[in-house]
Amino acid sequence: MKEINNELWVFIECFKSGKPKNIGLELLNEANRITKNKNIKVVALIFGYKLSNAIKTVIFSKADKIIYIDNINLQNYTTALYTHNFYNLVKKYKPHSILIGATSIGRDMAPRLSCRLNTGLTADCTSIKIEEDNNNILWTRPTFGGNLMAEIICNNNYPQMGTIRAGVFKKPILDTNRESLLIEEDYIPCENKIELLGEILDSENEEINLEEAKIIVSAGLGVKNEKGLNLVRELASTLGASLGASRAVVDENLISRIHQVGQTGKNVSPKIYIACGISGAIQHIVAMKTSDIIIAINTDEEAPIFDYADYKIVGDIFEILPLLINEIKSKKIKNLNY
Amino acid sequence: MNILVCIKQVPNTDKIKIDKETNTLIRNNVESIINPFDTYALEFALRIKDQYKETKITAITMGPLQAKKALESAYALGIDNAILISDKKFGGSDTLATSYILAKSIEYLQKENNLFDLILCGKQAIDGDTAQVGPELAEHLNIAQVTYVKEIKIENNSFIVTKETDEGEQTLKVGKNSLLTITKPKFEPRFSSLSMKIKAKKKEIIQYDLSVLENIDKSKIGLKGSPTKVIKTYVNSTEKKSITFEGNSLNKAKEIYKILEKNI
Repeated sequence: MKEINNELWVFIECFKSGKPKNIGLELLNEANRITKNKNIKVVALIFGYKLSNAIKTVIFSKADKIIYIDNINLQNYTTALYTHNFYNLVKKYKPHSILIGATSIGRDMAPRLSCRLNTGLTADCTSIKIEEDNNNILWTRPTFGGNLMAEIICNNNYPQMGTIRAGVFKKPILDTNRESLLIEEDYIPCENKIELLGEILDSENEEINLEEAKIIVSAGLGVKNEKGLNLVRELASTLGASLGASRAVVDENLISRIHQVGQTGKNVSPKIYIACGISGAIQHIVAMKTSDIIIAINTDEEAPIFDYADYKIVGDIFEILPLLINEIKSKKIKNLNY
Repeated sequence: MNILVCIKQVPNTDKIKIDKETNTLIRNNVESIINPFDTYALEFALRIKDQYKETKITAITMGPLQAKKALESAYALGIDNAILISDKKFGGSDTLATSYILAKSIEYLQKENNLFDLILCGKQAIDGDTAQVGPELAEHLNIAQVTYVKEIKIENNSFIVTKETDEGEQTLKVGKNSLLTITKPKFEPRFSSLSMKIKAKKKEIIQYDLSVLENIDKSKIGLKGSPTKVIKTYVNSTEKKSITFEGNSLNKAKEIYKILEKNI
């Protein structure tokens, strides 16, 4: 692409209901922050169906321009249709760079798209910077099982693309006085070789999934059995938190894999992560260590999780959790509607 | 059924330790293994072969010559053919260049043989963790992809697969000549027997380099052909200033409560 527009695009992923996922708004907020005082426009790209509320939320979150396709064929994510429509828009508008959430959808679509565009893609970033003199994006990501951080650049191909983990950036504060330039684009059909036969949504309320959760209470092998897990579950429900688990607990068949936090499960970054009886294998650590506050409870003083915890509690969850649940219930933390 | 499994030899990242004095990774004596997600992909292929005896499984890997060891391990599990793609000029390839080389190798293979009914990859490699090579390979080959697959069933001429999503799981139907990336299934992959291991040492590993793969555009490979460049790497400092709550369990519970109250 010869002529590049000074636009930083942010992909806004939506739920089937048309509500935008937090990840897109977080990226939008960070995009606005890093482009401050620079000659770069922040453009939100929204795909989905019945998007009027999503568009409003994005306007209030701040975007110079919004490009959207509101079409029933985009209500469910499909690799082929999303990639095709996204590709056409990139060809038309020639943005300088694109941020996409590292969700299961983002990680499915972004490599397909970047490959079609013959450009580079940096996966699963935890921080982004814009270089002073040339506006190149500097992507930072963990690698080698989280043991190493790598800084990556893609300075000869456009657009410069990356997927970014959920929860590493703050959500924007909405301001109803904001305005954006709105561009509605047509949906362009293409062949789709994959047929959706059925779907199971694990979290009844789709908004309380792990990636979007503000508080996660997570169970490790220290729960020992169903009874221990139920204590962790009760703490989670008392706090209105999402329930997570280490791989060991999932492998013991105490809980379904959808709850698994870790390299073979989900990457999470909530405001508060409470690790109950989790020893802290590196595969677990890499997937949760960007949480704002980590509280770890474990009987083993030497457990690796304590190296990453903000608050260390050496103790037995079978003793501490009932007391904590009781404490919360008796005092009632005000305003659980975070 | 004709199945291709893409595997990668990786260092066992579990075993990597950090030298706290120099703040670098200690990589000496770290064993090389087949990427765990690729072993799940192999297991799926082997399970299909268990059921449909005429199935042929080919494993392909790109890497230095020592990556032969990964292919040998795959032979010991019961695959039929193994291909090593190796050339000094491939070194330093990022995911786009790597997937391009893999695609060209697969095109070369398919020119001589039939199309693969299924191409399986692990969802990601545990060293790079990008999860990009699978989808990029599917794009280069212009075939359908399903990522994060944890179940595969064969029905008539199609595959019914279960895919993990952030919100739960989906059941999808894909046709032949598709690419699936595999996540951890419900079962554990099989082990190889000693006799299979011994036999594996005698099996042929076909090697492709640039002189064979004439269809490769040399401007698209290696460090120079890779759009992304690693500028620097550093060890993630893990030292955190943490506060320890002492006292009896009630006291600890009360302290946790205070933290929650302050931050919610």
